[in-house]
Amino acid sequence: MRLPDQLKETPSQTAGPYVHIGCFPRMCGIEVYEHEIGADMVSDATRGERIEIRGTVYDGTGAPLRDALIEIWQADAEGRHPGRGDPRGLADPAFTGFGRSAGDPDTGEFVFQTIKPGRVPFKDGKPMAPHITFWIAARGINIGLHTRMYFPDEEAANAEDPVLGRIELKSRIPTLIARPEAPGVYRFDIRLQGEGETVFFDI
Amino acid sequence: MRNSPGGLPGAFFARDRDQHPPAYAPGYKTSVTRSPTKPLIALDNTLSEMTGPVFGHDRLGPLDDDLILNFAKPGELPVGPRIVVHGRVLDENARPVPGALVEVWQANAGGRYRHRKESYLAPLDPNFGGCGRCITDEEGWYRFRTIQPGAYPWPNGPNDWRPAHIHFSVFGHGFAQRLITQMYFEGDPMIWKCPIVRTIADPAAVERLIAPLDWANTIPMDARAYRFDIVLRGRRSTLFENRLEGN
Ligand SMILES: [Fe+3]
Repeated sequence: MRLPDQLKETPSQTAGPYVHIGCFPRMCGIEVYEHEIGADMVSDATRGERIEIRGTVYDGTGAPLRDALIEIWQADAEGRHPGRGDPRGLADPAFTGFGRSAGDPDTGEFVFQTIKPGRVPFKDGKPMAPHITFWIAARGINIGLHTRMYFPDEEAANAEDPVLGRIELKSRIPTLIARPEAPGVYRFDIRLQGEGETVFFDI
Repeated sequence: MRNSPGGLPGAFFARDRDQHPPAYAPGYKTSVTRSPTKPLIALDNTLSEMTGPVFGHDRLGPLDDDLILNFAKPGELPVGPRIVVHGRVLDENARPVPGALVEVWQANAGGRYRHRKESYLAPLDPNFGGCGRCITDEEGWYRFRTIQPGAYPWPNGPNDWRPAHIHFSVFGHGFAQRLITQMYFEGDPMIWKCPIVRTIADPAAVERLIAPLDWANTIPMDARAYRFDIVLRGRRSTLFENRLEGN
């Protein structure tokens, strides 16, 4: 429970237009870091079906964001999270679960090379449909936005997914379902506002 | 990471959105077309939000936290006031967050960023890149050495300026803890004029982004120090009301 003497969370501020300097310095010609964080999610040893996710973040005028930071977090092929906090034991050591993309500086398109996640239990223990958690920060976004991508070829699992089930306006559910673009390639466009506005979560 | 009696992490406390700027803040013009108009859908944390990646020290280089040296040519130094910026990453329960990834980026002493989209007439500093990163220690401490950034003008209103600031990206223990913010400097009269600062309604919340001069940690004949503590969301003490099936 929340105690009365708790500290307050530090307020968010926009990432601004130059988030690349901090998170993708190589894109700015700043050769300081040997490894860029979130660049490689998989290796040859990673278990599971290889997939590619492509997408673009659009503003309310339909213009692509060319300055966004997009991060994803997901379970491995067996539905276990790498890293920290999964009580069910070790996930695939050859999978990071975490990806970061800046999007193309001209088109805004982001790309992730990853694997299709397995099913993760909801808090009642029943499996959620396979999904990938997204977080978007950019100039003009005052506090990072959380959403989820689901898979178009998982109709039965999506239909019983407890999170999708929370969305009362059923016509908004397709905003969370990627489109198949080619074998193993999914498109997940994110619309911040207006027609087809993506569902964002308060998590 | 043992955060609760059972060794299992609990869900994060609901975010207190009054501490944060709203998505739509028309004084900051870019937010007008980049703010969702529909309410966020409330989602109790699942494992997908409670868990998070681990960033190992092995991924970091020895100068990653030293912006004074990490881009400078051998034998040269960047121009501007030398400072140390340090503090602790804590959660709302006042517990340290060890192993948090802290990334920073900033303009140089003249207020100029090293970025192809930047057009301010102040010059680049050939010895300053403007990025740094580190991982908090067991007590949640982080520390950077850098150059105090300059203020700069930006296209918003007819004459808007950003107060001197350092951008911070913080990654704690769960994806739901993710936070990007900015640190300001004590005593800067420009803070309260800034439309981005003013997206935050509560002046007491703004105050928590203003780093005081930390005189005790000033390095004589070398660098002044500023102290900036960061608070991430805290967790409830139990994982779920019901046990996970099959575990
Ligand atoms: Fe800035």
